[in-house]
Amino acid sequence: MLLGKKRIEKGDIFFAIFIYAFVIGVCILTLYPFLYILSISLSDTGSVTRNEVFLLPKGFNLAAFETVLSYKGIMIAYGNTIFYTVVGTIVSLLLTTLAAYPLSRQDWKFRNIATIFLVITLWFGGGIIPFYLVIKNLHLLDTRLSILLYAAISTFYIIIVRSYFESLPKELEESAKIDGANDLRIFIQIILPLSKPVLAAIGLYYAIGKWNSFFWEMILINNEKLLPVQAVLVRIIRDSSFDREMEKALVQNAAVLPITIQYAAIIITSLPIIAVYPFLQKYFVKGVMIGAVKS
Amino acid sequence: MLERAMSTSSQKVRVSRMRGIKQELVKNKWLYIMFLPVLVWFILFAYWPMYGLVIAFQKYNVVKGISGSEWVGFKYFKQFFEDPFFFRLMRNTLLVNIYSLIFGFPIPIILALCFNEIKNMMFKKVSQTISYLPHFISTVVVCGMALSFLSPSVGIVNIILSKFGIDSIYFFQNPDYFRTIYVFLGVWQGAGFAAIIYISALAGISPELYEAAKIDGANRWKQLCYITLPSLLPTVVIMLLLNLGGMLNTDFTKIILLYNPTIYETADVLNTYVYRKGLIDANYSYATAVGLFQGVIGFILVYGANFLSRKVSKTSLW
Repeated sequence: MLLGKKRIEKGDIFFAIFIYAFVIGVCILTLYPFLYILSISLSDTGSVTRNEVFLLPKGFNLAAFETVLSYKGIMIAYGNTIFYTVVGTIVSLLLTTLAAYPLSRQDWKFRNIATIFLVITLWFGGGIIPFYLVIKNLHLLDTRLSILLYAAISTFYIIIVRSYFESLPKELEESAKIDGANDLRIFIQIILPLSKPVLAAIGLYYAIGKWNSFFWEMILINNEKLLPVQAVLVRIIRDSSFDREMEKALVQNAAVLPITIQYAAIIITSLPIIAVYPFLQKYFVKGVMIGAVKS
Repeated sequence: MLERAMSTSSQKVRVSRMRGIKQELVKNKWLYIMFLPVLVWFILFAYWPMYGLVIAFQKYNVVKGISGSEWVGFKYFKQFFEDPFFFRLMRNTLLVNIYSLIFGFPIPIILALCFNEIKNMMFKKVSQTISYLPHFISTVVVCGMALSFLSPSVGIVNIILSKFGIDSIYFFQNPDYFRTIYVFLGVWQGAGFAAIIYISALAGISPELYEAAKIDGANRWKQLCYITLPSLLPTVVIMLLLNLGGMLNTDFTKIILLYNPTIYETADVLNTYVYRKGLIDANYSYATAVGLFQGVIGFILVYGANFLSRKVSKTSLW
């Protein structure tokens, strides 16, 4: 008996060591790339070219950040991204809740048809080319409006919000109706205030999606002045035409390298997300849970 | 006589139905007004593009539009089947997704099981938070890191290899590496987040089961095999079927950022081909036909997966 118990404990310890080692490994693998690019972008040029930087910065050098921030294009693009994210999220939340509330109402005759009408789009779509041609035919190419509208609604989020609305107690709505409130007032004054948790989670998902979005932005927008920062980052990491601007910077400033500029640009574009992430993380997870449970 | 009676009664029905519709419109006036902008959006951005698929059967001319363009039947589909790249595109699309499934599917489960075994709540919370992080980082940043880390001259991977006396590897010039890179990035970015669903399923297992097992002398490994894994199975099956259904949904924006003509041999998939043919060469009809072909195969996969799921677990996806 005693012997058996001891053996079990020993096995459990090995098991626990393995688990902790694996999880710590995962965390290092996740965080190391971020630490590395931060260290490189802050290190002085000599240490970087001699391949001495692996973990923490060697020396201290903000030239890469100064160079990136001195490109006019980046600042304009950054402003554009903030605009697309803030206004786009407001538009998305508005349309999503406007769709979700009627769909949550059992007494709405159109409810079933409207649900089918939306759910079909989860399974069928036109694909890249027909979608592009629609935007073109609407004369929305090269406009800010196209970016705000093209991804304004996610059917999946409508379903999540609708389920949340359905779960709210019906008594409040009914008593408000007896008091003579119309559906719009019920929606604005009762439903929306009660739905802050789900709206926060969905709003965050919309906002992150818009902040990170680049593919359609690059296709729909030609005008440099309207591009979001992710699209500019694509050029910095891929396009050789950007190198000429970079070369100019390199000639002017001996303290920067192409790689440090790239890393600085990566940090500048992902910094807002990394900065807010620890604080908002619980909402992200809550959003998934709501989605998983309800659907 | 009878006829007249019938016609008046049907008229009455119609009148009362009209009155019913009118009453509904008045009663739920605000619901209709609220839904209207949504309806317009879906017609413009979801249903109009679906209608636009007809250009796959036309020699589409931008000036003439859909109504003025000439119909060509299945010409572009035939052209695609005879395309010298047809086989390569199908192979690449399937392989990239099969590999993603083989590696991307079990890793979140393993991760969730590990998190579940951790008893220190602080450590658990911090490590979980870290593991979700890459999901929220943009594809551009992830691909930018991959491109620079794997660069032959300044990338850290080659710097480390050179310390071991290994010559620089041109990761993005040699087609052999592409699938590995793509799958690795997918796992790195998505595994932590994908684990959430399993973590919540694990949280739902009754602690009494473990208590009973402990009394019977089961160690943690045995508890894992006989309680945790069987309880997790339904979730695993559903997620597997969901993944199978999405087999053709390559993350093509990632590929567009990573690939270049020297590695099209392994990197070019249906989506990227549609993108190049359609949006770069402006070969709209042909690209739409390829996209539609992919959509049809994809739908069959989703439908098949749902059919299977209904058979296997009696829980269908819809």
